Amino acid sequence: MMIPLLAFLAVDFARDIEPLLASRCTGCHGERTQMKGLRLDNRAAAARVLGAADSLLLQKLEDGSMPPVKPKLTAAEVARFREWIEGGAPWPDGTKKPAAAKARHWSFEPVRTATPPVTRNRAWPRNEIDRFILARLEKEAWEPSPEAEKSTLIRRLSLDLTGLPPTAGEVFAFLTDNRGDAYERLVDRLLESPHFGERWARPWLDQARYADSDGYEKDYVRPHAWRWRHWVIGAINDDMPFDRFTVEQIAGDLLPGATVDQRIATGFHRNTLTNREGGVNNEQFRVEQVMDRAATIGSVWLGLTFGCAQCHDHKYDPVSQKDFYQMFAFFNSADELDIDAPLAGEMGPYLAALPEYRKKREALLAGCGVAKHQAPWEARMKEARAQPGKWTDWDHAFDALTKYLDNALTILDTPPAQRTQKQTDAMTDHFVRNYHRVISKDLWKELRFVELRRKLTELRVGFPALSEAPVLVERPVRRPSHVLTRGDWKNPGAAVEPLPPAFLHTVPAGVEPPRLTLARWLVAPENPLTARVAVNRIWQELFGRGLVRTAEDFGAQGEKPSHPELLDWLAARFRDSGWKRKALIKTIVMSATYRQSSAARPEIDARDAGNTLLSHQSRLRLPAETIRDSALAVSELLHTAVGGRSVRPPLPDGVIELAYGTDAGWPESTGRDRYRRGLYIHFQRTVPYPQLMNFDAPDASLAACKRERSTTPLQALNLLNDPVFIEAAQGLAARMLRESPTVEHLFRSCLSRKPTSRESGLAREFLRDQEQRFASEGDAARKLHPVELPGISPEKAAAWTALASAMLNLEEFITRE
Amino acid sequence: MLHDLPRRHFFRSLGGMLGGVALAELSDPLAARKPHFAPTAKNVIFFFQEGGPSHIDLYDPKPTLRKWHGQPLPASMTKDLNFVFVKPDAKVLGSERVFQPHGQSGTEFSDYLPRIGANADSICLVRSMHTEAFNHHPGQSLLFTGATQFGRPTAGAWVSYGLGTESREMPAFVVLSSGKGTSGGSMNWASGFLPSSYAGTVFRSSGEPILYLPNPPGISTGTQRARLDLIRRLNEERQYETGDTATASRIHSYELAFRMQAAAPKFLDFSRESAKTLEDYGVNREPTRPYAVNCLLARRMVERGVRFVMLAHASWDDHQELNRKLKKNCEVTDGPIGALIHDLKERGLLDSTLLVWAGEFGRTPMGQLERVDEDPGRDHHPNCFSIWAAGGGIRGGQVIGKTDELGLRVTDHPVHIHDLQATMLHCLGLDHTRLTHRHMGRDFRLTDVGGKVVRQMLA
Repeated sequence: MMIPLLAFLAVDFARDIEPLLASRCTGCHGERTQMKGLRLDNRAAAARVLGAADSLLLQKLEDGSMPPVKPKLTAAEVARFREWIEGGAPWPDGTKKPAAAKARHWSFEPVRTATPPVTRNRAWPRNEIDRFILARLEKEAWEPSPEAEKSTLIRRLSLDLTGLPPTAGEVFAFLTDNRGDAYERLVDRLLESPHFGERWARPWLDQARYADSDGYEKDYVRPHAWRWRHWVIGAINDDMPFDRFTVEQIAGDLLPGATVDQRIATGFHRNTLTNREGGVNNEQFRVEQVMDRAATIGSVWLGLTFGCAQCHDHKYDPVSQKDFYQMFAFFNSADELDIDAPLAGEMGPYLAALPEYRKKREALLAGCGVAKHQAPWEARMKEARAQPGKWTDWDHAFDALTKYLDNALTILDTPPAQRTQKQTDAMTDHFVRNYHRVISKDLWKELRFVELRRKLTELRVGFPALSEAPVLVERPVRRPSHVLTRGDWKNPGAAVEPLPPAFLHTVPAGVEPPRLTLARWLVAPENPLTARVAVNRIWQELFGRGLVRTAEDFGAQGEKPSHPELLDWLAARFRDSGWKRKALIKTIVMSATYRQSSAARPEIDARDAGNTLLSHQSRLRLPAETIRDSALAVSELLHTAVGGRSVRPPLPDGVIELAYGTDAGWPESTGRDRYRRGLYIHFQRTVPYPQLMNFDAPDASLAACKRERSTTPLQALNLLNDPVFIEAAQGLAARMLRESPTVEHLFRSCLSRKPTSRESGLAREFLRDQEQRFASEGDAARKLHPVELPGISPEKAAAWTALASAMLNLEEFITRE
Repeated sequence: MLHDLPRRHFFRSLGGMLGGVALAELSDPLAARKPHFAPTAKNVIFFFQEGGPSHIDLYDPKPTLRKWHGQPLPASMTKDLNFVFVKPDAKVLGSERVFQPHGQSGTEFSDYLPRIGANADSICLVRSMHTEAFNHHPGQSLLFTGATQFGRPTAGAWVSYGLGTESREMPAFVVLSSGKGTSGGSMNWASGFLPSSYAGTVFRSSGEPILYLPNPPGISTGTQRARLDLIRRLNEERQYETGDTATASRIHSYELAFRMQAAAPKFLDFSRESAKTLEDYGVNREPTRPYAVNCLLARRMVERGVRFVMLAHASWDDHQELNRKLKKNCEVTDGPIGALIHDLKERGLLDSTLLVWAGEFGRTPMGQLERVDEDPGRDHHPNCFSIWAAGGGIRGGQVIGKTDELGLRVTDHPVHIHDLQATMLHCLGLDHTRLTHRHMGRDFRLTDVGGKVVRQMLA
């Protein structure tokens, strides 16, 4: 793709040759292995195959015998090697020692404070960003694109900053605002919108693999998962600095005098999957969760494919297996806990009702003689634990206890008198539910525990409760950590301490708990990765791709930044001015680069198809949630409340049954909750909401650092026929007929612009034809638009609904231009 | 507006320059693509038997177990094996099944599988499968994505990505589900990090065949066509302004959606199938009806060029009441599968269609007894199990691999899940080491870092 462009540039060792050596050669001819005694990771060792006249390396590359496995180098890459070798194979100093060579990968270098270059065109740049972009374009003798039209700009800004399209009124106000700072005022207004936090929470939720269920076979619902999402939205709306945002999520519980909110922040780590499948080894899956946490730190903050080092040293990056398990050690002593985290207004009614609730509960339990059976059952559980394999039925019952009751062993080990009320209740509830596993069917019937369980649930539902939140807590005594040989939890090797990767900076001094130390290390000013990775992901949201296109991988296998100095300038500015997300976003959207038209540039696109050099903005298909939100917004169905619990909009029949672990079903939300933003849709891992998946939402199994933007016929069917989008079309039609039944108003409301004369001609013709058609199709009109509108014929309402639906299907409607 | 003229001019010339095929590929991710080499199969029908069907009771007779019945195995035999519920010293459960040789090849099948057995000479039975995962969801993940970690593309998605589809009216990868839902749910047909164009489309035999397929109430075919024409023309208008070539792909997707609307219900219209065919599959009677409908749908889809059809049936996870539950699942699936093989053969489609029957693992020779008042079942067993393949490029009438006399371990010709995947791709003309996608800094493939084509399976 970039070859035609690169072909104009002289060969550059660091850009053209070193990455190929690293990715295609040094695996066999490098530090660890030297097949045929050859090393290609430093000039001195490689010299014998680099002779300009008789290079063995070139010979092997040209006859295709090296590299021996596919993919072979392309003809263009081989040509680069020839050029390099014929030019004397220059190998810049300092790469002689392999260790140093690796540590010198660009992203491990300190962030430099770059000075924006001087450009020939002085008029175009609005801020520093533009000077970096323009200087690069000028090297190609390319002009930047003109600024987009104002109507495009407000739609772009609204979608990018709040995830919602602007209203026709907002568009009108902006178009008629002739003040010099009208654009900036718009930016400031959107940055302060409470919907800003919702929109910018979404990519963070993707990275955290947020979901409302456990995953795996059982896939239990996580009723409190939303508390962490709520925290993220609030933190982003409050513009919590990214360093604090980081520290609280990684170790908020360990901060001195940690608040409930700071503890809720650690819910970030509770988004790992949980395997409750019967017979699964609990320790194995605990270890897998901790591994996932370690790998996620790598993906989210460091932009490194850290998880690769789980079984062996990283093949391409200097992450050793020991580094991985040192990272693992930071999380190995953190336990999962659901804490009481009452919402405002919950505590009073709860305390007032508590005595009566307890009295009634105890009476129910006593009425069935629960205590009499539970004590010996607990004793047998302990025996089964001590002597596995002795009593099969008790083995199963014990397995169920550890699977279905969180922290079961801690509770079992605590004498009943010392248990908290919550622990006592949890154990009793589990007992009542599971006693049948170890008794005869006759006794089970006799005990009537099934009925008791129902009564207990009814009692609980009828009383005010305290909301809970999933958090991490540190164990009083640390678990020892080891390198796990080949990643096998049963195969511990050398002991390791919690330490960051050896090839990066050392930990800050001080005697804080290790996990808190890790958090501070991540946001230490000398960390070369955190700020770069963070600004790149923000850039990616605003341009469709990062300055480093592989936003998930800043290692040797990732792509190099298209504008390295700009990336560093942004990173340094972000870090040095208080890690303020809103300020960074404002700087970017204020730039002339951002404001460019997204129209294609055929003369340039042929040479820069990916628009790497940003000669124009990009047209981007909207994310799944934004497509839903836009349709609900223009039809004025959207329930705009910010934050809160997940909702379950109607789901087509037969969807929830496709997975095994979904006994809870899909209790549909009622009232306005059906129309909440896509971000709040309950995410059941084994049966995600179809519209989200149709439009490339990630599956919440791994940190997702960017989304695909595919185009499929299922998307078309989704927008054409899904009752959600038909209801939106009905709402939009009714709104148009009420406000102003013109094609112009419809275009302005949906696309923030007026139609061209051809477009209005097509739309009006459609309206006319469909109105006639509906007049001849009996009750079809009433079916498509069942609500009667005063003074409007059913045929007209139906024709408008069909037109409104077509609008919601336009590529432009689901695209940010 | 300054850029208008040259842009429009260019856009037209770009279309001319690239030519039909390239442009089609540009706008249609599912356009048919050439394989790496000449294939022996064009399509796949994958019978996914979820939960871990018991190889010992279906495909791999172990008379010795009868001798051990009721006794624990010596520790030396079970060391290094992982079990889920049963302990290594659990009592052996002899199989009550009777095995009989079938066809000229004489391959033995259980008395619960008479119809599959009747096709013995078309079937390549592999008795030496093994896997690493002994829990359902990771096991299914390995079977379909080549990895126990979640998030990678499934086999059907890889095949769609590699070959596209010849169908102009259906997506490349279709999923037909029966039974109670699989542990992996939609992850078993997900596209992972590939674009969602390659994900499996669930086709349902009752209700709407495909989600959001029917027109909304009040929208007739005429209105739908008019709605689509308006969408297309407005999209073209906008494309003229923006010069964005990606719009063509959006336009194309709406045309395919419209064709799917017309085609999908026709798949379910069995009125032109002969009474004999319907009877043979068992379409109009219980308990075969749901699975028979899916088998017949599979044939009809393959006939119309759908690349990969997966029949997911759950569940074979028989921890208790082994014989009763096995009998039930076999009664549901054996007849329709037998009928499908026969039908494909008669229509000359078997040679170009690869059939695979597999679960995610097998079951233990030891019995599992959770409660004293229940009939025993068997536990998960990853160390050896049986699968079979037939059709396009597969040499039927043979058995590959052996297990020990207890059905505990592979003793001859081990075949890993990755080997099965490599072989499937090979039949489709795809080299499993070359079908790759770059993600997170490295090239991923279905077979991860393993996989060898099992040459003995091939015709």
